Amino acid sequence: MPPEGPSPGGGSPAPAPALPALPAGGRLPSSAGRHARHGSLHRRDWAWYQDKLVAGVVLLGGVSAIVFILGIFIFITREGMGFILETLDVREFFGSPAWRPTSERNPTYGVLALIAGTASVTGLAMVVSVPFSLGAAIFIGEFATGKLREALKILVELLAAIPSVVWGFIGLSIMNRLIIQLFDVPVGLNVLNAGIILGLMAAPIMTTIAEDALKAVPDTYREAAEAMGATRWQIIVKVVLPAAKNGLLGAVLLGVGRGFGETMAVLMASGHAINIPTSPFDSVRALTATIAAELGETAVGSDHYRALFTLGILLFVVTFIINLTADLVVRGVRKANR
Amino acid sequence: MFEATALNRRNEQVEWLFKVLFLLMTVILVIPVVLIMGVLVVKGHGALSWEFLTTAPSSGMTAGGILPALVGTVWLVAVALVASVPLGIGAAVYLSEYAPDNWFTRVINLAIINLAGVPSIVHALFGVGAFVLFFRFGTSILAASLTLAVMTLPVVIVATRESLQAVPRAFREACWNMGATRWQTIRSVVLPNAISGILTGVILEVSRTAGETAPIMFTGAAFFLPFLPQSVFDQTMAMSLHLFVISTQVPGVPEELPYGVALVLISMVLVMNALSIAFRVYLRGKKKW
Repeated sequence: MPPEGPSPGGGSPAPAPALPALPAGGRLPSSAGRHARHGSLHRRDWAWYQDKLVAGVVLLGGVSAIVFILGIFIFITREGMGFILETLDVREFFGSPAWRPTSERNPTYGVLALIAGTASVTGLAMVVSVPFSLGAAIFIGEFATGKLREALKILVELLAAIPSVVWGFIGLSIMNRLIIQLFDVPVGLNVLNAGIILGLMAAPIMTTIAEDALKAVPDTYREAAEAMGATRWQIIVKVVLPAAKNGLLGAVLLGVGRGFGETMAVLMASGHAINIPTSPFDSVRALTATIAAELGETAVGSDHYRALFTLGILLFVVTFIINLTADLVVRGVRKANR
Repeated sequence: MFEATALNRRNEQVEWLFKVLFLLMTVILVIPVVLIMGVLVVKGHGALSWEFLTTAPSSGMTAGGILPALVGTVWLVAVALVASVPLGIGAAVYLSEYAPDNWFTRVINLAIINLAGVPSIVHALFGVGAFVLFFRFGTSILAASLTLAVMTLPVVIVATRESLQAVPRAFREACWNMGATRWQTIRSVVLPNAISGILTGVILEVSRTAGETAPIMFTGAAFFLPFLPQSVFDQTMAMSLHLFVISTQVPGVPEELPYGVALVLISMVLVMNALSIAFRVYLRGKKKW
């Protein structure tokens, strides 16, 4: 056992090195005596200091993650705070669909239409992709075996690898024409287009996390059900799914978070028109896309610039809550099954 | 006695039905990968040539090649790796080998999860606020790469931590019992056994970094720059932004041009991913424990 510190990997600590026979009464030798006999366990040589040094250095790596997440919050708040304190009218911000930051006489900053845009696209994406992702997770996790299983997992991984700007380009070029032809509508860049694209983008993470959740259900559950004469399908419906339901919920939440925060694909495929949609064929504009499209045209420190950072704060807070909830839900399952 | 009853048969039919249904769903989900590749190859291969890869865009980006964008992407990825790989491996070593199971470790894990979940455009805002303005790097490769590094840090951390934890605990115990310190054990036993897994994670990060667009839009990537970057303080073109620009911002681009750019970009990314997957499969076959 190394001199100090906890055991890695969360395992049980290794047994202490064998001591010479205990003196009568079972008491350990005094610390001074122990030090003399097991001096190598209490050394303060170069290797010991080196170990301490490395522990400090890698701790910095761990701390950096905290520093960055705090840094993100602090820096976007630093740029956006002025708007929240001076210009922001909460009722207009959340209640008005008019996002007119560039108006010369009377700029208005209402994000209702942008929220509706994000919500409609993400909502449609979830409607499309939740059933398929969970279906795929069940097939890959419970039915598929061997080569087929490996091949499907690799394809899901490749689906996740396609960059969002390429997805956006697919929406812009291929899906756009497809929707115009299939549904006979004048414009193919709309909620439907962006929703399908976003659904495909969110599917891999949902499939992967959901499959992990199914895998976390102990095999003894399945074996017990099988011994009762249940078919595989009955086992899945009656045993595996109920046991994994929190993990599946966590998977869906992470998918929602992914869709909510997606930028380039939504910017290119949704039509980018400020609009509260009434049908899937309406063009909309998302929160993320608004920042991406407008930040380049604003002067640093202007109201418009600070308003865009305020949208960033909104996005940060909402995704933070979604991710936190998903993590708590997923972690809850792991603990219960341990 | 063991003959199938009507109920058994019905149960089997139900099971078969759902199995086929879920197989179909899986196939529908993954078929777009193949379709997208197919369409891009069919429509984009006409644009590809040696010249396309080795000349700058010309005639207002409606003709010519993609050399500055290709080189720019290599710069961005390389500088981002230099920043994020040491930090990510350090964090993973800490979490896997040193961290006690307490609230502080849980906060670190939570931070990593959230870092991975923050929208890319929020990372862009952070990059503008922190690197471009506060640290005065200006819009430069340095600012853009650091933004990318922060964004992809969780990829390295998670992949490295997984491959470190895949090294059996018994290996470490054997080494400790020889009197080695924690760091001696990590250096001589844990890292050599995990290095290929770490490499797999780094390749994955390269692929992620190369495809990102939003974080570099306002921090260092330029719409059009006909020459190559000379230092990390220059702006640069990038493949991902170039695809966005010629497909949405520039009128009169011949149709095959954006398809060609998309084909090159997706090939870069998928080749990286395939490499990482192949590496992993090979490792699994070679594993000694």
